[in-house]
Amino acid sequence: MITGQPIDRRDGRQKVTGAATYAAEFAIPATVHAVLVQSTIAAGQIAGFDLAVAQGMPGVLAIITPDNAPKLSTKGGVPQAITQPALQDLEVIYNGQHVAIVVAETLERAQAAAAAVKLRYTEGEAQTTMEGALDQAYVPKNFRNGQRKPDSSRGDPAGSFAAAPVRIRATYTTPNEHHNPMEPHATIAAWDGDRLTVWTSTQGISGAQATLAGMFGIEKANVRVICPFVGGGFGSKGSTWPPATLAAMAARVVKRPVKLVLSRAQMFTSNGFRPMTVQKIAIGVANDGTLLSVRHDGISQMSMPKLGEFVEPVALATEMLYACPNLAVTHRLVGVNQGLPTYMRAPGEAPGVFAIESAMDEVAVALKMDPIVLRLKNYAETDPHENLPFSSKRLRECYEQGAAEFGWARRTLEPRSMRDGDWLVGMGMATSTYPTNQSPASARIRLMANGNVVVQSGTQDLGTGTYTVMAQLAADEFGLPIERVRVELGDSRLPSAPVSGGSQTVASVGSAVLAACKLARDHAIAMAISDAGDRWAGAKPADFHLENGAVVGPPGRMTLGEMMARRNVESVDVQGDAKPPGKDDKTHSLHAFGAQFAEVRVDSLTGEIRVSRLVGVFDGGRVLNAKTAHSQLIGGMTFGVGMALLEETLVDEATGRIVNANISEYVVPVNADIPVITAKLLEADDRVANPVGAKGLGELPMVGMAAAIANAVFHATGIRVRDLPIRLDDMLA
Amino acid sequence: MVLQVNGQRVSLSLEPRTSLLDALREYAGLTGTKKGCDRGSCGACTVHIDGRRVVSCLTLAARAQGKAVTTIEGLASGDDLHPMQAAFLHHDAYQCGYCTPGQIMSAVALVQEGHAGSDAEIRENMSGNICRCGAYANIVGAIRDAAGRA
Repeated sequence: MITGQPIDRRDGRQKVTGAATYAAEFAIPATVHAVLVQSTIAAGQIAGFDLAVAQGMPGVLAIITPDNAPKLSTKGGVPQAITQPALQDLEVIYNGQHVAIVVAETLERAQAAAAAVKLRYTEGEAQTTMEGALDQAYVPKNFRNGQRKPDSSRGDPAGSFAAAPVRIRATYTTPNEHHNPMEPHATIAAWDGDRLTVWTSTQGISGAQATLAGMFGIEKANVRVICPFVGGGFGSKGSTWPPATLAAMAARVVKRPVKLVLSRAQMFTSNGFRPMTVQKIAIGVANDGTLLSVRHDGISQMSMPKLGEFVEPVALATEMLYACPNLAVTHRLVGVNQGLPTYMRAPGEAPGVFAIESAMDEVAVALKMDPIVLRLKNYAETDPHENLPFSSKRLRECYEQGAAEFGWARRTLEPRSMRDGDWLVGMGMATSTYPTNQSPASARIRLMANGNVVVQSGTQDLGTGTYTVMAQLAADEFGLPIERVRVELGDSRLPSAPVSGGSQTVASVGSAVLAACKLARDHAIAMAISDAGDRWAGAKPADFHLENGAVVGPPGRMTLGEMMARRNVESVDVQGDAKPPGKDDKTHSLHAFGAQFAEVRVDSLTGEIRVSRLVGVFDGGRVLNAKTAHSQLIGGMTFGVGMALLEETLVDEATGRIVNANISEYVVPVNADIPVITAKLLEADDRVANPVGAKGLGELPMVGMAAAIANAVFHATGIRVRDLPIRLDDMLA
Repeated sequence: MVLQVNGQRVSLSLEPRTSLLDALREYAGLTGTKKGCDRGSCGACTVHIDGRRVVSCLTLAARAQGKAVTTIEGLASGDDLHPMQAAFLHHDAYQCGYCTPGQIMSAVALVQEGHAGSDAEIRENMSGNICRCGAYANIVGAIRDAAGRA
């Protein structure tokens, strides 16, 4: 088997030599440069533009404002409801909103002219932060795209809480956080009549194609989206945000290909962020640790209703995490004059599990119980909310192996009881979980006359290893060495695939690739048997397989080359499709799980917090490539360290302006922040979940990280920090 | 303006305000050097000037005249990867790959500077290169490996 092997990333050579071409790097002849101008007030109307200076600057080709911008259409149906056309009116609803595009011959000239664009505003009243408007929280109108209600409950949560001998009530908050992929959003757009080609950095070329077609009122077939490499997304490139559309608009206006790359500062107001949350948790528990009642009420920040709706679904994991008969969860929104939030790595789960797993730690402390024992006491053998068996769940082994690997037995129960010189040492843990998602996807297999195979799908590789693992799957299906399999993706002309989000690419695209492989193999075998005629009389297709470019079975062997030569074709192309079972056909609850452990050291004199060890053991289903899977795990855990200790977007309340819109003051983990990480995956092939057997790895290792670190900080110091990120000043309180 | 890039003379028509990074990416067609922040914070644009690592976004192209500029494209000898490139590939010291050229250029200089003596030293000296995919643990492994072989 090639699948599962830790083979080197197939696009690795391109990445280490600088040959991998990202969106802004395609050499399109005659390309000119666009730079966005953004608002400097949080609410009001644009009273006018003073453009004379900018228009007179050298190389300026066009300045596009709401006064002269071509009208964009939404009637064709913009598929992503959260995506709002820009430059269509003069209303300003947040600071940093796009208000103009400057196009010039060179990047330097476009930047200089953009800086010279002056606006006059009539300022309106702005509510710039959520804290001041919590009393205006409202019920989401379109929670989970209408697939479920924002509130749910089971049993009698209020009555059982009132009767519980031990009760914990606490409020946890998480801040606005920005994805900050290293590659800024970038688009090159070129028109040829009514046909549009865009090279854009996106997690979903299919969505980009549909959005652009809708906005410009043209057929989807007339929009081609190309994206062979994505320089990180983490959710920020999941939707087709206005800059891609504005690049295409500018290209139409100046009748030249246009390149539009966001500055790092613009990345803070142009492509969403994880919204701030306020989460109230109430847990009632018996003296032996049995959960009697759980309540989780989440509020997350929204923009103005004009921009649609995004809810951070913080309490969904709480519903299924532990066996508890009485439970209630709610989700609410508060609208403020800020941009539209969006999905960010483990949306919902990351902040939600921080809250519920911190609260579980507080329960363990109140009962003087080991945190793992408490979790095992309430282990959910089946999904307590959906009332379905799990397709697979090896969380118990995750706890056991993680504890052994981490040295949990050395932990003393009392907080502030472990020291190493001036350092207070703390050990914390948390459970991790993430749903296993799958969406309809298609893939094409091209069997070539020389026996090689080409796999094609309109998906994209975010760095998760899609190029590599799809080749591994196909190599095994055709009995080929991996060198003879080529994977093509990142082009909307290929069979369509879903957004690479929700950790669903392997389950979705991998299942389509397997389906296409099977059809291609069946087709080749049928061709061979037909060609052999009497020589293979009575041959049964089931007895044949493909190996090294030939159909092989009991009566003999026939190469694909021979068959194609007879037909005078160069390849045999077969498309396969895969989709998850419908809602009513669902027989199992699908989730990945993990146990995450952190050791922290807090300087007893200065309050400095260092993460000194991280261990994670995960039940993520089948591993397609041990090397790239491991990279996903350490990457998610590293992202979680940022959430726990560093990341917070800060807004100036008076102006609604983000004051740390750069990657120096929006602090993300650097190399020196990250200790030795031990990350393991249990072998857990789960073909009930999907035909590939994988449960998704992109978000899972992020989910439990913040709570594990917060719990370790409490264990080190006795200080419970319920507001992320945990900072040095919290330690000096 | 004439620059020496990867041992070749590159003649470009540039304004005085053009950064070395933009000169490479937008004028010389050398897009291996990446723009992450354009403010010297992320390290994605790291190149060598006369063997020293610099952030090319904060370096004016004009200031690089008469000096030897090396970019990621100039590191391998033909098809033979530089040992640091090979180590990054083997250790999977990246995911999306966008920060990778800057990481490798920093790592090569780091070893030459004698700053790869321990994992702690590597971590400290590589902390000017942000990897948002979180490949740090593998980056340390790759540099340790390549430094040992150098």
